[in-house]
Amino acid sequence: MCLAIPVQVVKLLPGENAVVDAAGVQKEISLALVQDVAVGDYVILHVGYALQKLDEDEARRTLELFAQMGQTAPGEAAPTVAGATIP
Amino acid sequence: MKYIDEFRDGKLARGLAQAIRAEAKPERRYNFMEFCGGHTHAISRYGIEGLLPPNLLMIHGPGCPVCVLPIGRVDSAIDLALHRDVTLCTYGDVMRVPASGQMSLMKAKARGADVRMVYSTLDALRIARDEPGREVVFFAIGFETTTPPTAVAIKQAHAQGLANFSVFCNHVLTPAAIANILESPEVRKLGTVPLDGFVGPAHVSTVIGSQPYEFFAEEYQKPVVIAGFEPLDVMQAILMLVRQVNEGRAEVENEFSRAVTPEGNEKAKALVAEVFELRRSFEWRGLGEVPYSALRIKEAYRAFDAEIRFDLGYHAVADAKGCECGAILRGVKRPEDCKLFGTVCTPENPIGSCMVSSEGACAAHYTYGRFDDRAARKAG
Repeated sequence: MCLAIPVQVVKLLPGENAVVDAAGVQKEISLALVQDVAVGDYVILHVGYALQKLDEDEARRTLELFAQMGQTAPGEAAPTVAGATIP
Repeated sequence: MKYIDEFRDGKLARGLAQAIRAEAKPERRYNFMEFCGGHTHAISRYGIEGLLPPNLLMIHGPGCPVCVLPIGRVDSAIDLALHRDVTLCTYGDVMRVPASGQMSLMKAKARGADVRMVYSTLDALRIARDEPGREVVFFAIGFETTTPPTAVAIKQAHAQGLANFSVFCNHVLTPAAIANILESPEVRKLGTVPLDGFVGPAHVSTVIGSQPYEFFAEEYQKPVVIAGFEPLDVMQAILMLVRQVNEGRAEVENEFSRAVTPEGNEKAKALVAEVFELRRSFEWRGLGEVPYSALRIKEAYRAFDAEIRFDLGYHAVADAKGCECGAILRGVKRPEDCKLFGTVCTPENPIGSCMVSSEGACAAHYTYGRFDDRAARKAG
């Protein structure tokens, strides 16, 4: 039910609507719940509405953290990663 | 950045799994509840449980809106569709929820009721506009993710003077359910499991933000890590929970920072506050009556409230005999503990609500997890 997918905005339409691209499938959605969305932005699409904009810098930081935190070999002590507590 | 494949990388997953196994202390147990059905589905689909050490247990919580919807509310919707000559629109997941007398909205449709599956509240509005001679009711269910779209529909119906449109509101609130699991005497009496921490909702949190969870962390001393729905997100959250437990911390941490802020979506929250208000109490399947855990339509928009328009009362109905959905939703039992699981109760023919939606604990285990059970039995 709370299933939602990241989609890219390809065109803004009048009346708080937009066309988005979901892995090659284009669909018209509502932007009534979000602010300041531009063409090229990724949004989380849920039941026809964009719920939130995705933050690319934060996404990259999270991916880097996966790599850092996963570097512990079995039996080794946990690495102390600076900034491990994501704000 | 496509925000999907990057978060399903197998090599990174192996690294995280190793880190979890290395850091989980063998001398203690770790019981974590993932509240959301979305996480339950991810854990089953990607076989995450198989990567965890034996002393770390993931307990599937009640965050599947279809699963916690009590039979009485589905009965009301079926009554509307069958006997009140309305066009009843709802999300696909709701269609197969078992109700009283072996009925469901799908079966009501087969008997000639005008039930329509919609993808969005905007589709329900369009049906009301296209068919002004029909009463169109949107059967609204779901947590904080699906509530704002319902608010938009009610506001648009109001603005467009769509007098033949109304909403049967069953929206429920995540924080109230978590508090209930942690403190309710009724739930205690029915039995709960000791919990060491929560994997917090992904998309619900994009709307309500991370702040509402601060209370649980502080008041109940339970760590909460908000996580995305991709497998690496879930594993990272589990690792962060293990670290909090090991270090004796109980904080709210946000792994899903690419979409969740402390405040959440202010625009969506304002819309919800304008259209809805708290119900004094609402029945949840598995949890019973939970105070201030659901929303109803405010006075200013009561013209669009189907409960008032059609004078819908509420009658509580007991679950099907033998069905363990209630205990499964509280984390006391697991799907494989239910006698009906996989025998008479399957996703094609669900007896209990947890078998309906792919996010339900039983449906997720039936689709992905039960093969592990078989392998384990063979090996044993």
